[in-house]
Amino acid sequence: MEVGQMQRQWMGYMKSLFMEGFLDGQFLQLQQLQDENNPEFVVEVVSLFFEDSERILKDLSFAVDQQSVDFKKIDAHVHQFKGSSASIGAQRVKNACIAFRNFCEEQNIDACRSCLQQVKQEYIHVKNKLETLLRLEQQIVAAGGSIPMMEWN
Amino acid sequence: MGMAKENQFHVLAVDDSIIDRMLIERLLKTSSFQVTAVDSATKALKFLGLVEDAASEIHQEVDVNLIITDYCMPGMTGYDLLRKVKESKSFKDIPVVIMSSENVPSRINRCLEEGAEEFFLKPVQQSDVNKLKPHLLKSKVKEEKEQPINN
Repeated sequence: MEVGQMQRQWMGYMKSLFMEGFLDGQFLQLQQLQDENNPEFVVEVVSLFFEDSERILKDLSFAVDQQSVDFKKIDAHVHQFKGSSASIGAQRVKNACIAFRNFCEEQNIDACRSCLQQVKQEYIHVKNKLETLLRLEQQIVAAGGSIPMMEWN
Repeated sequence: MGMAKENQFHVLAVDDSIIDRMLIERLLKTSSFQVTAVDSATKALKFLGLVEDAASEIHQEVDVNLIITDYCMPGMTGYDLLRKVKESKSFKDIPVVIMSSENVPSRINRCLEEGAEEFFLKPVQQSDVNKLKPHLLKSKVKEEKEQPINN
C-alpha cells in the first residue's frame, strides 16, 4: 500500500472513531502536541494511559469485591480513571466513569458492579481502536509519510 | 538567589496523575517554559525548600516563576499548597494557578480568594497555557522594581 492510501485509510479510521464517540477533541490536542522534536508523544501518552488504566481497573475490581464495600475508595479510583480518560480524549470511557460515580454516590453496589463491567468494556474497546490507529501511524511513518493534521469542529 | 535561564521562565507543575503531568509538561514546553514536574504538594514544598514549619524557611536557591497545581490530590491538596505558598516570605509573590477536572464554583472562588491567579478546567488546553505569560511578565516587572539599584 502506498503512503497516500495509508494516509487516507488513517483519516477514515480517525473520522469513524470520532463519529462513534470513542474519541473526542482532546485526542486531537494530543496529536497537535506531537512534532519533529517529540515524534513519539502520542504513543507515549497512550501507552501510559494503558498502563495506568490497567492498574486502576485492578484496584477497582478489588474494591468492589470487598465484603464491606468502601464507596469513597471506589469513587476515588473512578474519579482518577475519569480524569485520565478525559485527558486523552477517550470519551466513552469518561462517560462510563461519570455514570459509575453517580452510583457510588447512591451507594448502590449492584449498579457499581455493573458499571465496572461497562467501564472495562469501554476501555477494552478504545484500547483496541487506539492500537489499530497507532499501528497505522507507524506504517505511514515507516513508509516515509507524515501523519495528516485533522481538524475537528 | 539562583537565576532562571536567561529569557526562560521556570514553571513548577504539580499533579498526582502521571498522564496529566506528561500533558502539562508538554504544553508548557511548547510555550518555551522550563518545567519541573512533581507528583505531590509535599514534593513541591520540598523542591521550593519550604518545610512544614514556616519558621524554618531557609534561603532559597531555587528560582520558580510560576506554580501550576492540580486541586484534587491525595494528602495535601492544591489548595493547601496555594495557602502555604502565599503564607511564605520567599514565595508569596509567585503566581499560582489551580487546575481541576471539576467545575465547582465555590471551589474556584475559594482558590481565587486565596490568591490563585487563574483556575483552569481539565483537560488543560494550549489556550489556557497561553494565558500564563502575562502573569509571569507582570511578576518579572515587579521583581525588577524591587531590586536595589546598584551604582
